[in-house]
Amino acid sequence: MLSGAQVLMESLQREHVTHIFGYAGATICPAVDALAAADIGYTLVRTEQNAGHMASGYARITGKPGVCMVTSGPGATNLITGIATAYMDSIPMVAITGQVQSYLLGRDIFQEVDITGAVAPFTKHSYLVKDAGNIPQIVKEAFLIASTGRQGPVLIDLPIDIQKQMVEPHYPDSVEIRGYKPSVKGNELQVRRVIQAISAAHRPLLCAGGGLFSAGGQADLEELAVTAGIPVVTTMMGLGLLPTDHPMNMGMIGAFGTPLANVALDTTDLLIIAGARAADRAISAPREIARRTKTVHIDVDPAEIGKNMFPTVPVVGNVKVILNQLLARHPKADTTDWLAELQPRRRKELQNTPPHPRTVGVDPAALMRGLGGWLDENACVCVDVGQNQIWAARYLPLRRGRFLTSGGLGTMGYSLPAALGVKVAQPERQTVVVCGDGSFQMSMNELATLCAMGADVKIVILENGVLGLVNQIQHSSYSGPFGVALTGSPDFSAVAAAYGISCGTASSNDELDKALDQMFGSPGPYLLTCTVDPDASTND
Amino acid sequence: MKNEQNAYILSILVENTPGVLSQVARLFSRKGYNIDSIASGTTEDPLVTRITIVIAGDEGMITHITAQLRKLLPVISVKVLSTANSVQRELVLVKVRAETREKKDEIIQTANVFRASVVDMSRETLTIAIIGDEGKAAALLDLLRDLGILEVVRTGTIAIERGRNTIYDNNKEKGEFNYGKNVL
Repeated sequence: MLSGAQVLMESLQREHVTHIFGYAGATICPAVDALAAADIGYTLVRTEQNAGHMASGYARITGKPGVCMVTSGPGATNLITGIATAYMDSIPMVAITGQVQSYLLGRDIFQEVDITGAVAPFTKHSYLVKDAGNIPQIVKEAFLIASTGRQGPVLIDLPIDIQKQMVEPHYPDSVEIRGYKPSVKGNELQVRRVIQAISAAHRPLLCAGGGLFSAGGQADLEELAVTAGIPVVTTMMGLGLLPTDHPMNMGMIGAFGTPLANVALDTTDLLIIAGARAADRAISAPREIARRTKTVHIDVDPAEIGKNMFPTVPVVGNVKVILNQLLARHPKADTTDWLAELQPRRRKELQNTPPHPRTVGVDPAALMRGLGGWLDENACVCVDVGQNQIWAARYLPLRRGRFLTSGGLGTMGYSLPAALGVKVAQPERQTVVVCGDGSFQMSMNELATLCAMGADVKIVILENGVLGLVNQIQHSSYSGPFGVALTGSPDFSAVAAAYGISCGTASSNDELDKALDQMFGSPGPYLLTCTVDPDASTND
Repeated sequence: MKNEQNAYILSILVENTPGVLSQVARLFSRKGYNIDSIASGTTEDPLVTRITIVIAGDEGMITHITAQLRKLLPVISVKVLSTANSVQRELVLVKVRAETREKKDEIIQTANVFRASVVDMSRETLTIAIIGDEGKAAALLDLLRDLGILEVVRTGTIAIERGRNTIYDNNKEKGEFNYGKNVL
């Protein structure tokens, strides 16, 4: 006989879980106790939301569900933003929450919340476990649901008495869920229609999103782009699918994207959207585009088809599998003129223009370009939300690395914990955090976790003393800045020093090279604070 | 795509698990759609519940909401029924003021015309049960309103497809995108 908590750990190990991010509390104590005896690593975070973000960073790098485990009540509610962030970016995650005794449910006792009810809009599915005998089945289902189809978070709520309940466990080899059969292969008829559309097109354009990372289809995308002669634009979630200077990469689309990418989007005669949901930040008027041009929408989630744009040809299934179905038919478009139009403009766009002559601080574009020069081929850059995100997306050159950011929910404070999740999975991988002074202060407490891990993470803070993007919007669309000055912010170098983290500063373009040189030259974690003009706009 | 508003009947087969009704209802509220009526009950399999939802909308909206419904784990099957290809019924109970013998007679006669039945009687009231589609109930209610309705309760419309087709059949609409139950 084993306790429910022991059965949980055994079930997790059978799902090849090697690490959990969490925060202990009374109702999760039995599980934590069983974890101590299990062969699974553990990271104690400083607030539960960041356990979610760490699991997210871990999942995005490994491709397998990240696992976080917190206590009931405030532990569970603090985790909600982490879960919602993962949900919006389709990141596989299994969240385990402690719960009060099952026989006391609904009585509002100490640290009780209806967490399965609260997270219902942001999870693929959730379970409230009523019998420890069901734990093996539920864990197996949870991992299946989180990691297949359109990936996403699944929550398991475990009352403390269930964690202590003694059972004779039976571990199923596989599970069958009647209402869950995700599509994998695309419909052959639709695939043929795509091939026909490609042959007939003169200005075809591939628009690739984060779904291609989920499916692991980077190489397939490149092969399709190159062999069929179709240029590629990406969404923010698709940054890094192709190297920035890849001849077929025309940049990032959207309100914050690069000009040429949007020109391509406006003048294509066949738009092939793959693994992207065509949401407002990427494509502001999807219905306009659908009216004007032929569109193909490839997505694993049929509910995405027609949600924002009704495509000429929908193809539902795993985007990597579908790209291979296309490749097997050797698609080819005559795009000589189209590429001759786009490629020179792209090369011009990528040229290092001289830095903006700023009187205050470093030029954000110059900072991103300079930073790019120090990145390893497969570097992982974790970028926060706000102006820093837009500058990084636009100017940071990537090769075969990753660009991890909260694209869908836009959760400030995502970058540092996500980077720690990456470091747990791949300690040797170069990992850089880019954030603002606003977003950094949202998860500054995780510096302690960083120290505990001894993780070599380079942190770059763009310090302008304001919530830059809101400040920018208030300047352009409201009566002026209000409530955005980050008065009272600490000296970040002193904060770093308090944690024993090496640090540096750059307050002008002239100091930039040396500061970056120093950061990447020092071993271990490093915090670089770069002064940025508070009035610098992403539209500069 | 048509934008005209029509009444659609959604037949939804779900696993009979706790919270499934609220999960289904939440989808509609989250998208800002108003449900006209909702009826729920178990099927021949006690582990399976069938929910019937009547909703006004256009074709695009129905396509979208059915795709979202199919994403829910406990949802086994979703079928859109039209008023033409299905039989619809609703049970309405009406309590009417009937203090005098004359009034009672009048109400009973009216009810008879509609093949409604008297299911309860007191010195001052009659309770009528009427089973039918929405039109029939509406016509009777309209007549009874003049006599003084005390309260009305209705089950919401339930519907079943005409002919051999059932909700278990392969849904044709799914076929077009190769959905099948292949939804997530």
